[in-house]
Amino acid sequence: MQLAQLLVFLILFPLITAVFVLFARKGLERGLIVKLSALAIGVITVGLLLMTVDKGALQVQGLPGEPVTLLMFVVEMLIAVFILYLGIVHRKWLVVALILIQSAMMLYFELVYAGSIEVASNLFIDEFSNIMALIIGIIGSLICVYSLGYMKFFHEQHPEVKDRQNVFFFMMFVFLAAMFGLVFSNNIIWVYFFWEVTTLCSFILIGYTKTEEATTNAFNALWMNLLGGVAFAGAILYLAVLGNGMLGLSDLLASGKVIALVPATLIGFAGLTKAAQMPFSSWLVGAMVAPTPVSALLHSSTMVKAGVYILVRLAPVFQATFTGYMLALVGALTFLIASGIAISQSNAKRVLAYSTIANLGLIVACAGIGTYEAIWAAVLLIVFHAISKSLLFLAVGTVEHRIRSRDIDDMTGLIIRMPKIAAMMVIGIAGMFLAPFGMLISKWAAIRAFIDAPYGFVFVIILAFGSAITVFFWAKWMGKILTVTTDSKNIEGEVDRHEWAVLTCLAGLSFITTFVFPVLSTKLLEPFLLANYGHVALLSQDNILIMMMMLVLLVILPASTLLPGRRHRHVSPYMGGRTTTQDMRFSGSLGIQKKTVLSNYYLTDYFGEAKLRVWGIWLCSALIGIMAVAAALREVLP
Amino acid sequence: MINPAWALVFALVAPVAGGLVAGIDRKITAHMQGRVGPSIFQPFYDVGKLFEKEQAVVNETQTFYAICYLVFMIFTGALFFAGGDLLLVIFALTLAQIFLVLGAFAANSPYSYVGAERELLQILAYEPMVILTAVGMFVATKSFNVSDIAASASPVILLLPGIFLGFLYVLTIKLRKSPFDISTSHHAHQEIVKGVTTEFSGPSLGLIEVTHWYEVVLLLGFVYLFFGFSPLIAALAVAVVYILEILVDNTNARVRWQLAVRSSWLIAAVVGLVNLAGLYVLSGGI
Amino acid sequence: MTYLAKSPWIIHYDASSCNGCDIEILACLTPMYDVERFGIINTGNPKHADIFVVTGSVNEHNREVILNIYNQMPDPKVVVAVGICATSGGVFRECYNVAGGIDKLIPVDVYVMGCAARPESIIDGIVTALGILEEKRSKNVHSAPVTDHHENKEHNNHSQGGAS
Repeated sequence: MQLAQLLVFLILFPLITAVFVLFARKGLERGLIVKLSALAIGVITVGLLLMTVDKGALQVQGLPGEPVTLLMFVVEMLIAVFILYLGIVHRKWLVVALILIQSAMMLYFELVYAGSIEVASNLFIDEFSNIMALIIGIIGSLICVYSLGYMKFFHEQHPEVKDRQNVFFFMMFVFLAAMFGLVFSNNIIWVYFFWEVTTLCSFILIGYTKTEEATTNAFNALWMNLLGGVAFAGAILYLAVLGNGMLGLSDLLASGKVIALVPATLIGFAGLTKAAQMPFSSWLVGAMVAPTPVSALLHSSTMVKAGVYILVRLAPVFQATFTGYMLALVGALTFLIASGIAISQSNAKRVLAYSTIANLGLIVACAGIGTYEAIWAAVLLIVFHAISKSLLFLAVGTVEHRIRSRDIDDMTGLIIRMPKIAAMMVIGIAGMFLAPFGMLISKWAAIRAFIDAPYGFVFVIILAFGSAITVFFWAKWMGKILTVTTDSKNIEGEVDRHEWAVLTCLAGLSFITTFVFPVLSTKLLEPFLLANYGHVALLSQDNILIMMMMLVLLVILPASTLLPGRRHRHVSPYMGGRTTTQDMRFSGSLGIQKKTVLSNYYLTDYFGEAKLRVWGIWLCSALIGIMAVAAALREVLP
Repeated sequence: MINPAWALVFALVAPVAGGLVAGIDRKITAHMQGRVGPSIFQPFYDVGKLFEKEQAVVNETQTFYAICYLVFMIFTGALFFAGGDLLLVIFALTLAQIFLVLGAFAANSPYSYVGAERELLQILAYEPMVILTAVGMFVATKSFNVSDIAASASPVILLLPGIFLGFLYVLTIKLRKSPFDISTSHHAHQEIVKGVTTEFSGPSLGLIEVTHWYEVVLLLGFVYLFFGFSPLIAALAVAVVYILEILVDNTNARVRWQLAVRSSWLIAAVVGLVNLAGLYVLSGGI
Repeated sequence: MTYLAKSPWIIHYDASSCNGCDIEILACLTPMYDVERFGIINTGNPKHADIFVVTGSVNEHNREVILNIYNQMPDPKVVVAVGICATSGGVFRECYNVAGGIDKLIPVDVYVMGCAARPESIIDGIVTALGILEEKRSKNVHSAPVTDHHENKEHNNHSQGGAS
């Protein structure tokens, strides 16, 4: 199959699946369509990789430019009307204002400039797009399959929520199509279109349960993303008016910094809102009311990655500019502050949300610095974070359904109550902060990248503190899961087989990607870096060997626990001499029976959300302001 | 470059060296308190005794975590002394310590639990400074490899005075000495009983003791790196630093964890910023 | 050669003592008598201890505690009853609320007399205990967890520190 056809297929096929799913009459039909489609998408994504590896960046003219752009404009206007209607009905005037402004801008662009814009090739593929496509195609498909089991149980548990699973899966697949379109598009107008479609998908999926809270949070997410959309539209207009109509991404990157900085900053701002960087972090945290597959797909592994994807793409423009440094500082401070807030959260999904924001902040910091080492670190972070975070979100979803709670303190003794799921969760958490797993490798690469960059020591210091904070909140969660309680029974049997399959796949992927990351680096990342930066980042052979040794140890040692061992004498824990029952009940004073309750340190006085968030909002808003001014000044002054 | 011979030497010699250091520590402490104190081989007797005891457990996973703690600590130290990457050493050290923390969590016992949380607070306190130390070493010697840093002729201590002092500050935390022996210590502090090691007994406790010896040797190796340009001065420095730690240990009471974390962070931020900025200016960055 | 005799760690528990014997025990740790030179450490954790040093007699409140601590100690272990109250109840022997010496509950290996027992006697007692400890180790003695046969309805469903 030709490359162009493959790319178009990947964009259109999920759309077709979406339409079929929308009209599926029974759960069985829906399940079949979803599974077949997921398999197809996964296989074809891998096929795409095999076909294009070693070929470098390829420009593709997949679809006729003019008619498609016109069609996109029509769809955009339809979406705008839809959002306008909803905004008025729910009295969300900010949303109404933003969508009106945005539509006006695009209407003006379409009427006045669209005719004269000529982009050489609308689609393209390079190693980075390939990596993103793999994430969307494999992890995205797996999450859709997981949703089959999850949503079934969800509706059984929440009979008050109207069963709109067809709409749910429709939006999930539309989202996948939009993401494919985003990473394959060279035409900035097309990127913008797919960008807005993802905003729409996020909005609808967050508001899925149609409760008061869900609707409010959905509109919150919508206005922040629309703000980014306005900036994006501004960039397009700028390029049309002052940039000689240069609307091809590759052309923009090749044009040099002077022309590209302002539109890059505007698009970068859109990226910041989509990646929920401070001060726009609240929408992601609020989006946790959505069903967990939504959180896994949109709000950790894919949609928010679109935000950092575009920033990494534009990194050559930001490199060594003051604007770039401000951008990097926004990312770094978000990393530090979001990690701090994560310590004080006891709701598992909120911890994951803040951790996501933090890691995205780290990627933004790398993109802002923009050296080849930093980009290497950024792409590695994207890959490993997508895998680990989606695994964690899905595991939390499964656990939540069984123990009826999202609170970390209720997950005590999960290793006894749900051994295999708990083990996978431990793998996911370990993947987020422990050597030799992927995120650690990426953080290591980031440290090295920051040191070599000018003024990088500021970022290194921020990274050192943020890194220490992440160890704290991940380790205490891990400890909770691994506590061996004696009064719990195994409730794992009720887990749906779809959920099992997907969780096992993701856990396996975690290990596999860590094992094969040297190959990933050599085959995909190095050509990409060489083409765009002229340099290659290397991890020495020795270090790779050491990490493989550690990984082998980490497989062998836990596996050894499965061997039959000598049973030792069991004694009760020490409670100051108080006798306790096996489930840690003891006689208090006056003989009253009490149960021991052990809960984590949340340090809310020091890392509380209220205080830290305010700091983050003010600092990052100031930095964004400075960033924008710097970009404008660079343009105006010689 | 990595020299596996040194790794083997470390794995075999470090427990002996670490045990002796621990014994000398107790002897000097005793004399500071006007006592005679035990023999310098006492730690070996202690560990020998522990291995002679029955292994009683609260649950069967504890021995697993103790073994993992030991294995990864040996791995970390071996990597360090074989000349590996300093950052990787630090991350491997974190991995080793997480096993101890998990072992304490696994026991589902209040004192053990509090000890585990406080151990995490300790890690929170010293991790930034330790990472900044590695970064400082890189800036001073242009390499992350321990072999290069140790062999470097560049006067690391003169380039990194602030970071050295900061490192000494957190060394007190890592060595579990007052005033920062927040999660467990070798002294008679019993407010949280034995903290992390409360629910360990017999052979598994012996393993943890031995691991602590390995860790001490590793940490003293870190101190050595600051003086790599002259092995004689370095050995002297290591001795002086350790005696200083013993002195600090005996003259201070344990502080609240808030003070430990805050002060470590403040020092890490200040010395890190000033020292690294200074080096940056010196290398012509501005 | 065994290391047990060279590194005995004690856990010191005050059952119902007036604290007289306890003060003398702590005096042993001071520079005056300095038992740390024998490798003795006062660990407050039964799981780490070899020698259970008890002062005072058994009464309703501390029955369970004594059993709990004793059962949590790993083998081999010895019990040293310090002071006349721990040995036989002392002056409180006839009281309604005192059950008697520690040996009413757990097997005691060494009795140290005195009221309050002098540090020299205590150290002598500990050293004797070391010999017994050594003997127990060589004979591989395993003490079964001691349970309480005392009738007490409130505490029926509690495990006494041993396996359950």
